[in-house]
Amino acid sequence: MHSVIRIILQRLALGLLTLFVVSVVIFTAVNMLPGDFAQAILGQGATPEAVDAIRKDLGLDQPPVTRYFQWLGGALQGDLGNSFAQANFASFVGADSGVRTTVAQQIAPRFANTMFLAAVTACIAVPVSLVLGILAALFRNSVFDRATNVTTLTSISSPEFFLAYVLILFLAVLNPMLPSLSNIFEGMSFGERLEKTLLPALTLTLVVTAHMMRMTRAAIINLLASPYIEMARLKGLSPMRVIVKHALPNALAPIINVIALNLAYLITGVVVVEVVFVYPGIGQLFVDSVKIRDIPVVQACCLIFAAAYILLNLLADILSILSNPRLRHPK
Amino acid sequence: MSALVEIRDLWIEGRSDETWSPIINGASLTLNKGEVLGLIGESGAGKSTLGLAAMGFTRDGVRISKGSVMFDGIDLITASAAKKRDLLGKRIAYVAQSAAASFNPAHKLIDQHTEGPVQHGVMSRSESVQDGIELYRRLRLPNPEEIGFRYPHQVSGGQLQRAMTAMAMSCRPDLIIFDEPTTALDVTTQIEVLASIRDIVEQFDTAAIYITHDLAVVAQMADRIKVLLKGDEVEEADTRTMLAQPKEEYTKSLWAVRAFERPQKPAVHTGATPVVSVQNVSAAYGKIQVLHDVSFDIHEGRTVAVVGESGSGKSTTARCITGLLPPTSGLIEFDGQPLPANYKSRNKDQLRQAQMIYQMADTALNPRTTIGNIIGRPVQFYMGLTGKQRRRRVEELLEEIELPAAQYYDRLPSELSGGQKQRIGIARALAAEPKFIICDEVTSALDQLVAEGILKLLARLQDDLKLSYMFITHDLATVKAIADEVVVMKEGKVVEQGPKHDMFVPPHHPYTDLLLSSVPEMDPDWLTNLLNERGVDNIGDAAVDKMS
Repeated sequence: MHSVIRIILQRLALGLLTLFVVSVVIFTAVNMLPGDFAQAILGQGATPEAVDAIRKDLGLDQPPVTRYFQWLGGALQGDLGNSFAQANFASFVGADSGVRTTVAQQIAPRFANTMFLAAVTACIAVPVSLVLGILAALFRNSVFDRATNVTTLTSISSPEFFLAYVLILFLAVLNPMLPSLSNIFEGMSFGERLEKTLLPALTLTLVVTAHMMRMTRAAIINLLASPYIEMARLKGLSPMRVIVKHALPNALAPIINVIALNLAYLITGVVVVEVVFVYPGIGQLFVDSVKIRDIPVVQACCLIFAAAYILLNLLADILSILSNPRLRHPK
Repeated sequence: MSALVEIRDLWIEGRSDETWSPIINGASLTLNKGEVLGLIGESGAGKSTLGLAAMGFTRDGVRISKGSVMFDGIDLITASAAKKRDLLGKRIAYVAQSAAASFNPAHKLIDQHTEGPVQHGVMSRSESVQDGIELYRRLRLPNPEEIGFRYPHQVSGGQLQRAMTAMAMSCRPDLIIFDEPTTALDVTTQIEVLASIRDIVEQFDTAAIYITHDLAVVAQMADRIKVLLKGDEVEEADTRTMLAQPKEEYTKSLWAVRAFERPQKPAVHTGATPVVSVQNVSAAYGKIQVLHDVSFDIHEGRTVAVVGESGSGKSTTARCITGLLPPTSGLIEFDGQPLPANYKSRNKDQLRQAQMIYQMADTALNPRTTIGNIIGRPVQFYMGLTGKQRRRRVEELLEEIELPAAQYYDRLPSELSGGQKQRIGIARALAAEPKFIICDEVTSALDQLVAEGILKLLARLQDDLKLSYMFITHDLATVKAIADEVVVMKEGKVVEQGPKHDMFVPPHHPYTDLLLSSVPEMDPDWLTNLLNERGVDNIGDAAVDKMS
C-alpha cells in the first residue's frame, strides 16, 4: 500500500504544479485581451479622467506582476476578488453604499447549477455508456453493435444546439413531457429542479455517450485475445461473465480516463447547451464576463475550469492505479 | 470399453488474408479413460489446434471444416454453445502454456479456482475453497492454506503452473488438455511441475492430452505418443516403442537432433590475450545488487556458454559488457584495452566490435523495414558503405546466412519464418564485422530442428570469421552442442566455470549437478528414477533453496 500512497502524493504535487502554471497562463492570456473594463463600461463618451479613476479604483494601473501576485495571494486564501461589473460606481458621485459583490458570491450559485447539471448528466450518461459498451463488445460485429456505433457517432457528430432543438421538438413541443426552458432559481424543490434540468442533461448525454461507449467497447475487445480470456471461455463460463468478470476489470484504466475527460467537459464546455435552454450555469456567466472584460470573474472561471480538469484527471489516474492489482498488492 | 475421446478424420482450417489454409489435415485420435496421450511436433504442426479441437473449441479465425469429435458419446462439433459450456471446465479442462498470462491478473487464485465449480454447480464456494487448498497440498505447493489468496503476480511461474493444474482439477474432469505446460519454465522448476502433474493425473485417473515439442518431457508423461508434422499425422505408438523404434524418417530426425556436437578445440595458449575479459564486475538495478564479482574470459574463436536459470544474472552480464548497464565496480577489457563502462563513452570502433543477437527475433527486427534495410543500416553506419557497395555487402551477408539475396532483399520480417528471422538477426550482427557476438538465448524460441540449423550456422561462421561468442542459454543441450567453455551462474554469482568437457564430467558444484540432472532424458523411466533417487521434496525450487 505504501507505494500507492507515494504515487498518489506525487500526482497530487504534480497537479498543484500544473494548476500554478495554468494560473500564470490564464492571467497572461486574460490581460492580453484587447480593450479594458473601464473603456468598455464608460463607452465612447468616456473622458480620460473618468477612465483613469476607474482603473485606479480597480487597481488596473498596477504593473501586471504585482497584480498577478495580489490575485494569486487572494485566490490562495479563497478570495477571488471583487467583480468589476457588480462594483458600485456610485462612489464616483459621492454616494458609495460600500457594498461590493465578490466574485465568489457571483460564481457560487452558477457553479452549483453547473455541477448539478453535470451530475445529472453523468448519472445518466456513464451507466448508459458502460452498459452499451459492454453489450456492443459482447455482440461485437452484430446488428446491435453497428446500430449502437452509428447512433452514438451521429449524436456526437451533430452540433449541440441542433441536438438540443431536436430534443425540444420531440420532448417539449410535440409531446409536452418536459419544460423547454430551464430557468432555475433558488428555493426550488429538488424534483422541480431535476425536471427542469432533464432536457439539457439528455442533450449532453447524447454528446458524451459515444466517446465513453466506444472506449469501453474497444478496451474490452482489445483484451479478448488475451490468454486469460481464452482460459475463462475454456472454463465454460457464459460470454457475459467472461466480459464482465474477466475482461472489464482489466479494461478499467482507459475507460476511467475517458470518463474523467468527458466529465471535465461537462463542467467546462457546456455554454451552447446553457444558452439554448437558458440554463443559469457558469458557462454563460463566463461568456458574459469576457464580453464586458470583467477580468476577475473571467480569471476565476478559468481557474475553476482548469482545476476541474486537473482534479478529474488526477482522480482518474488514482482510480486507474487502484484498479491495477500489481500496485494494490505488491509482491 | 468405449473411448473417452474419439476424433475421426478431422480437418481444420485457419484464415489468413481472406483465404482459408489447412492447419490439420484429417487427424484421427482415440483416447481412453485415464490414459495420457502425448502430442508432439514443431511449432505450426497444429498440435495446440488439435488439442483445443478435442475440447470442441477453435480460436477466432479457425474453423473445423470436416470430421467428427466425440467426447463420451457427445458430438462436440454439432453440440450447442450452451451444451459445450456445460462440458468445458466441468468434464474437460485446459492447462495453458503460460500460467502467468492465463491467470486473470485482476483476481486472486482461489477466486479463479472456485469459479468453475461454483458456476457449474458442482460445489459451493466454501467447499471449493477447501478442495482447492487440498489440491494445492497434493500438488506440493508451499503454504497451501494461503497461497490461493494471492494474486497471480505474487506467485512464481512454476507455482502458478501447478495452481493452474489445480484449477483444471477443480471439477474433477474426465479429460485435461495440457498445452506445453512447462515450456516457459526453468529446468529445475519444470521437473517439479512434471512430477506434480503426473502424480495428480494418476491419483484421479484423469485422461490427458499432453502437448509439447520436447521429446524428453513427453517420454516421462505419456502412455502413447502421436507425432504431427505441418498438420499431418506422422505416426503413433506407445511411448516405449516410439522411443526405441521410430518408424518414420521425420520422427527419427526429431530423435537425432540432440546428437549435434562440435568437436573439442585445442586449449588456448597460456598468456594469450582474451578478446573479452570480464573482471570482478558487480552491477545493480537501482539499489538491488544483481551481479556480484563476476569474472571470466572469452578467447578468439571460442564460445563461452553462460548458463543459469532466469534471474541468475546472465543477461545482466551481457548488458554490462555492451555498456547498457555500467557496472558499479569491476572492469571490462577488450583485446587487453579497458572499455569505457557506459556505451555512450565508447567510440564507434569499440561499439562495432561487440554485437548482439537477441532471443526474440520477432521483436528485435523493425516490422516495417525491409530485410535489405535492416542489414544495410549497420553496413552504412559502421562500414560507411552506401549505394551499390552497400547493396552488394548486404547481398554477401545474406548469402553468408544461407538466404538467397534475390529472394529476401525486399521482404519484410513478417514474411519470414522464426528461424529465418533469427538468421537476419545474425546477418545484422555480422554487418558490423565484429570480433565478438553476444547470443542471448538465440535458439530458445525456435523448434529443435530449426535451432540446430542456427547453431550449425553460428559454428560455421565462427570457424570462417574467427568470431568469439558469449552464448547465454538455459538449455544444457545447446551448451553441449556449441560451447567450448561454460560459466554457471546463480543469483548473480559465478558458481563454476571451466572447459565444457570438465563440466559434463563429475565432480562439479552441487548447483551445476542439480541443473544437469534436471534436464529430462529420453528415457521413460528417467523422472521416476530421479524421484526415487532424490525424493519428491528434493527437486525443483526446494532443492535450489536448500543450496543457498
